[in-house]
Amino acid sequence: MTDITKDATMPPRSFLSQDAIQVFYRLLAAFLICAVLAVLSDSFLSLGNILNVLRQASLTFFIASGLTLVVLTAGLDLSVGANVALSACIAGTVIHKTGSPALGILAGLACGGLVGLLNGVMVTALRIPSFIATYGMLWVLNGLTYWYMAGETLHGFPAGFRQIGSGYLFGLPIPVYLLLVFLGIGTLFAQRTIWGQEIYAIGANPVAARLSGIPVARRLLLVYAVSGTMAGLASIIFLSRLNSAEADIGESLTLPAIAAVLIGGTSLFGGVGTVFGTFIGALILTLVLNGMNLLSVSANWQPLVTGIIVILAVWLDMKTRRRAQ
Amino acid sequence: MSTAASAIEPTTAMPLLELRGISKEFPGVKALDDVSFAVYPGEVHMLLGENGAGKSSLMKVLCGAYHADAGEFWYKGEKVAISSTADAQKLGVAVIFQEFSLVPHLDIAQNIFLGREPKGRIPGTIDRRKILADARRVLGMIGFDIDPSTTIDKLGVAQQQMVEIAKAISQNARILVMDEPTAALSDRETELLFALIARLKADGASIVYISHRMAEVFALGDRITVLRDGRRIDGVKPADVTPDQLVRMMVGRNVDMTYPRNFAEKPGELLLEVKGLSSSTGISDINIEVRRGEIVGLCGLVGSGRSEVARAIFGADPASAGEIIFDGKSMSGEPDLAARRGIALIPESRKSEGLALLRSVSDNLVVSALRKLFPSGLFDQRAAQRTSDGLIRQLRIATPSARQTVGLLSGGNQQKVVIGKWLAAGSKLFIFDEPTRGIDIGAKSEIFALIDRLVAEGAAALMISSEQVEICHVCDRAYVMREGRIAGHLTRNELTEENIVRLGMHHA
Repeated sequence: MTDITKDATMPPRSFLSQDAIQVFYRLLAAFLICAVLAVLSDSFLSLGNILNVLRQASLTFFIASGLTLVVLTAGLDLSVGANVALSACIAGTVIHKTGSPALGILAGLACGGLVGLLNGVMVTALRIPSFIATYGMLWVLNGLTYWYMAGETLHGFPAGFRQIGSGYLFGLPIPVYLLLVFLGIGTLFAQRTIWGQEIYAIGANPVAARLSGIPVARRLLLVYAVSGTMAGLASIIFLSRLNSAEADIGESLTLPAIAAVLIGGTSLFGGVGTVFGTFIGALILTLVLNGMNLLSVSANWQPLVTGIIVILAVWLDMKTRRRAQ
Repeated sequence: MSTAASAIEPTTAMPLLELRGISKEFPGVKALDDVSFAVYPGEVHMLLGENGAGKSSLMKVLCGAYHADAGEFWYKGEKVAISSTADAQKLGVAVIFQEFSLVPHLDIAQNIFLGREPKGRIPGTIDRRKILADARRVLGMIGFDIDPSTTIDKLGVAQQQMVEIAKAISQNARILVMDEPTAALSDRETELLFALIARLKADGASIVYISHRMAEVFALGDRITVLRDGRRIDGVKPADVTPDQLVRMMVGRNVDMTYPRNFAEKPGELLLEVKGLSSSTGISDINIEVRRGEIVGLCGLVGSGRSEVARAIFGADPASAGEIIFDGKSMSGEPDLAARRGIALIPESRKSEGLALLRSVSDNLVVSALRKLFPSGLFDQRAAQRTSDGLIRQLRIATPSARQTVGLLSGGNQQKVVIGKWLAAGSKLFIFDEPTRGIDIGAKSEIFALIDRLVAEGAAALMISSEQVEICHVCDRAYVMREGRIAGHLTRNELTEENIVRLGMHHA
């Protein structure tokens, strides 16, 4: 109808965008968790513990930030954890063989990016649903890594390289600086570039996006390649921090990364969410696990609590969004 | 026009069902505001209004799908409650929606008695013989001669509609609500439907009939209720009003029902040349030319390949043969290439193909112009908003702000957003696929005025429409399609509804 929208009864969309409201609630939740933990545990507010939380959150965030872009396009990348393992093993091998951390880092990033690009090709050119394509890729990467490592463990890397994961600069762990840098880059990319806008448009309605002249296939390739490259970056941090690489290091990484994305408010249906939200998602996840450790709750309870938080966060999102419609 | 409703209602009969003072509010929108509405036995009651005037909401309140915030229901003089679809069904209300609710792979009989199947002797089975006999009896009541064991997916739209009606009759429906029942029917099928409506009426059933077609309103209606902005504007008898008066009641202002068009003396340079275009979607050997300053029609029956031609030109479907020359250069590729070169596609189903409904008006308006507006690649939300505000003013898009979710706008305003995104992109050729489908009369003439202005400024338009009147009024010339091919070309002088139909019909 032409006229009712002119009617004063129809309010403009609220001053804060839906995204801003989502992020606000999440920050609030993170603060509440902090407050509760500060009361319950004396050691929570110690500098050492807070830096520890940030460092742990950073690893999840690196993987989850690239994954956020994939989920924004209504896709999923289940291969990120396996990708981290393969990239770490290849980076470690290159460092051992050449003695050059720089070449190793390049190799790790390249491996991650290439795997991501392959995922993108499967999704765009072969039109395999991303869930299935990356699930298959997970197995392929696991197979490659186990075959390549043949049960061996790589360890002992140059001290300079180990600084990346465990070093400090002005009292802060280096991964925390990297976290801030990539949080900034990710947010700028998603919110302040036309590619970011196109990614949101693709997720909101892929058919309309294509018929609006967006090169959907090329953008999807980019998104999967970025997700893979971020897994490559995570592999470098991982390798540097642990000072070793084994074939099975990726197995516990994918599901927490997906959890961070979902807790952060990115919709699996695409088009809704922010990289900053994912950061808070990773933070909330780490805070809760950290709190449980501090309070000596058995680690066996952690998956259960993670699951409940994910379900709760998504449910609350759906409720607020439905009200907004 | 201020005739009180009571003055025209028959005083002798008691309404079968009466709604008094119904209000229904959604967050931000008053869908129905103190609407009263009475249905008498054996009448066809036309419900008129622009899109979003409240017809659908009223219908949903009537059938119990919506719960009214305020108001009363009276059935045969007694106050009743309709708070669920079961309540409505008990009172004999049935709705034939535009989207049918039939199960495609079940047969007619199973669909008619879905969930109420006669039980067989063995528990858990269905008495097949009884269900077929019952179905045959119900189909006979509405004069629909078909084998009830035919599966639904073998039926055409008109036949499926008949099954829906049979289903309603089998549930003892006395009030049938029909939502634009002729929208997808051919002329012949429409006649059959009208005959059925006459028959139901003679049996004492009441029909609430929602329509956008003026001719039907006068051919069928016993009474007319006009809604606007969720309010009941008036109740009239067809004999007491003219179509113009009804339109004025619907839009609340005077609307020119003819579309203004400044035909160019002589068309400009050649913009689009399609040579022997074929595609696996069923079109073959398509030859089309469009010049600057022209609106060229593309007509033919639904399914004759018009949309497929539009999609092939835009690159949405790959061509298997032929050539597309745009602005002097050969072109073949994906839609992003066509869009970059200056072609715009305004697709038929704007909700599923034209818009990201959950995103804002602004997001949708700039989506095709991102590269043009932000050549550096850096997106600026404020600049996007400014561009959108300009388009909102220029196109008179009724929205509280550029940040409004586009899915909350009315059909006409959504269509303006789809057109607006291509204005922002600076397109030269606009391909419209049914640009006025589901759009109310006021918005229609605005959209045609807009197209006229576009081509006057040197752009060109290729327009697909099933509304032959519109083609005849608006187009400089037209191609008529039949079975995936161009069946003929009509110049301005030859462009009449008769000629379009003649060329578009099979074996003409």
